Amino acid sequence: MTTLPAAGPAASTLAGPRNVPPFGSFNATLLGIEIRRRFRNRRTLFFTVAFPVVMFLAFGLQYRDTSIDAGRTVAQGAPSVAAFIMISMAVYGAMMASTSAGGAVAIERQLGWSRQLRLTPLHPAANISVKILGGLSIGLVAVLATFATGLVIGVRLPIHVWIVAGTAAWLGSLVFTAMGLMVGYLVPSENVMQFMGPALAFLAFFGGLFQPLDQMAKPLQDIGVWTPTYGLGEIARAPLSGEAFNWLAVGNVILWLAVFGVGAALAFRRDTKRV
Amino acid sequence: MTNPLTLAAPTTSRGVGPDRTGLLAVDATGLHKSFGAGSRRVRAVNGVDLQIRPGEVVAFLGPNGAGKTTTIDMLLGLSKPDAGSLTIFGRSPRAAIAHGLVSAVMQAGGLLKDLTVRETVAVTASLFAQSQPVDEVLERAGILDLAGRRVEKCSGGQQQRLRFAMALLSDPGLLILDEPTTGMDVEGRRDFWQAIRADTARGRTVIFATHYLEEADAYADRIVLVRRGEIVADGTAAEIKNLASGRTVTATAGNADAATLAAIPGVDSVESRAGKVRVRTKDSDAVARYLLTATDAVDLEITSHNLEDAFVALTGDQDETDETPEAPEAPETTGK
Repeated sequence: MTTLPAAGPAASTLAGPRNVPPFGSFNATLLGIEIRRRFRNRRTLFFTVAFPVVMFLAFGLQYRDTSIDAGRTVAQGAPSVAAFIMISMAVYGAMMASTSAGGAVAIERQLGWSRQLRLTPLHPAANISVKILGGLSIGLVAVLATFATGLVIGVRLPIHVWIVAGTAAWLGSLVFTAMGLMVGYLVPSENVMQFMGPALAFLAFFGGLFQPLDQMAKPLQDIGVWTPTYGLGEIARAPLSGEAFNWLAVGNVILWLAVFGVGAALAFRRDTKRV
Repeated sequence: MTNPLTLAAPTTSRGVGPDRTGLLAVDATGLHKSFGAGSRRVRAVNGVDLQIRPGEVVAFLGPNGAGKTTTIDMLLGLSKPDAGSLTIFGRSPRAAIAHGLVSAVMQAGGLLKDLTVRETVAVTASLFAQSQPVDEVLERAGILDLAGRRVEKCSGGQQQRLRFAMALLSDPGLLILDEPTTGMDVEGRRDFWQAIRADTARGRTVIFATHYLEEADAYADRIVLVRRGEIVADGTAAEIKNLASGRTVTATAGNADAATLAAIPGVDSVESRAGKVRVRTKDSDAVARYLLTATDAVDLEITSHNLEDAFVALTGDQDETDETPEAPEAPETTGK
């Protein structure tokens, strides 16, 4: 064939003028169903919401009246060890929520859903935004559940500590959304969380979420500061002690966010190239 | 494009050219796509020219590994051709997807097990700028009564009708079906094609890949036969049958001479084995006349070819040794 007619009526309305959806097809239905899916998954709910609460009760309840401040007692207004553990567990819950939300792309790739989505106008950035927000939604529930348990058992903190620590635990878990996405785009496994779960527990332990890092042996401490869980835990607990800002922790979070973010972007590009 | 069987040029067989009333649904010229590198390089698509007018129902027919899926992936913008040009309704394949002008029913996968049928359709509908009402689409695909069922509880045929419903949402000008009835039972296939047929009556352009000859024969206006990444024939079912034209004459004839038979005008091939001869010819009368008058032939039979014979003649490989993959291994299902 050589030339196409310059103008003429469309052969049918089926090929008629169409719009491209705004915001790369990001919309409330898509987000709503993503959030519903997150909460529908009982295993995720258990590990992100129930598990941190149970761990907190198992290890924190007994330290309700133990002060973390040598100079003051809990009755005098010092934060308790229970509060310390509560925030660590909130970080853990938010981190599990974010990782599983990001890691869900592994399932979607294996089921061919990602390929199906590529046959729609959905922009990858919109899809990833939905994953991030889905993880944040269940992460928020995890943080709130742990904090509510703390309130019930008698943890008392100034209001700004609740807000700053909770927000840090919640939003800081975005580091782990990036990690989940990276692994999700790399590993073609429906059961990605089955090995991510133990890996996260391992990171949580060495990063000082289950046991304060300064109570561990020195070599473990030296390793611990490099884990991606360390910085997040430190920052979330910082409002408790009111000590000077821990720049090592901030550096840790920025480093790992960069590593996982770039890793996720590269893994995504590799994945879409071969689909 | 090389054309080993010297058939009619594909693009002229039905006068397919610039559509007088609008843009071509598919306009592909010189498409090439290879996978791998070095000695393991596989030319999956090797110079495909294809022009499809709006409203045509086209079967992409060929054996496994012929390049059907690779071509479809390029039409859908899932992979980029190494060379050649390709437009869908005058746009790039990705732009056609973004405008909801083209959609596809893949042969497997593409569904989330934990969603219900209605949720799957609703979430897909939300992604398009203009979309058909969810219940109407469910109805047209014949799965409205399954709307509340989890996808994992649906049978293969039901899941396929769900994929079809999803593909209808944007009311696309072009619908692509990649081996849509693979793994369905007879009833499922019949129901599926009934739904498609009712839909194509509305003027939608449809391209479907299949290796079921009867599907191509029954549902397509036009059959594009592909073999080893090239189009070897393009026309109506009747035209394709004519391309592998002629008849087969068989007889029991102890004294028939193969060389003499082969010299009869119109004879394509002669097989002679244990006193039986089998002659493929364009002029069966001449062969029959010779056999009945000049030899001791008995039990003479003349059979005409069907689409299957045409398919075998046109796509059969002389060197059937290579295992050309249809596409690189699907990343969703492999462990690499």
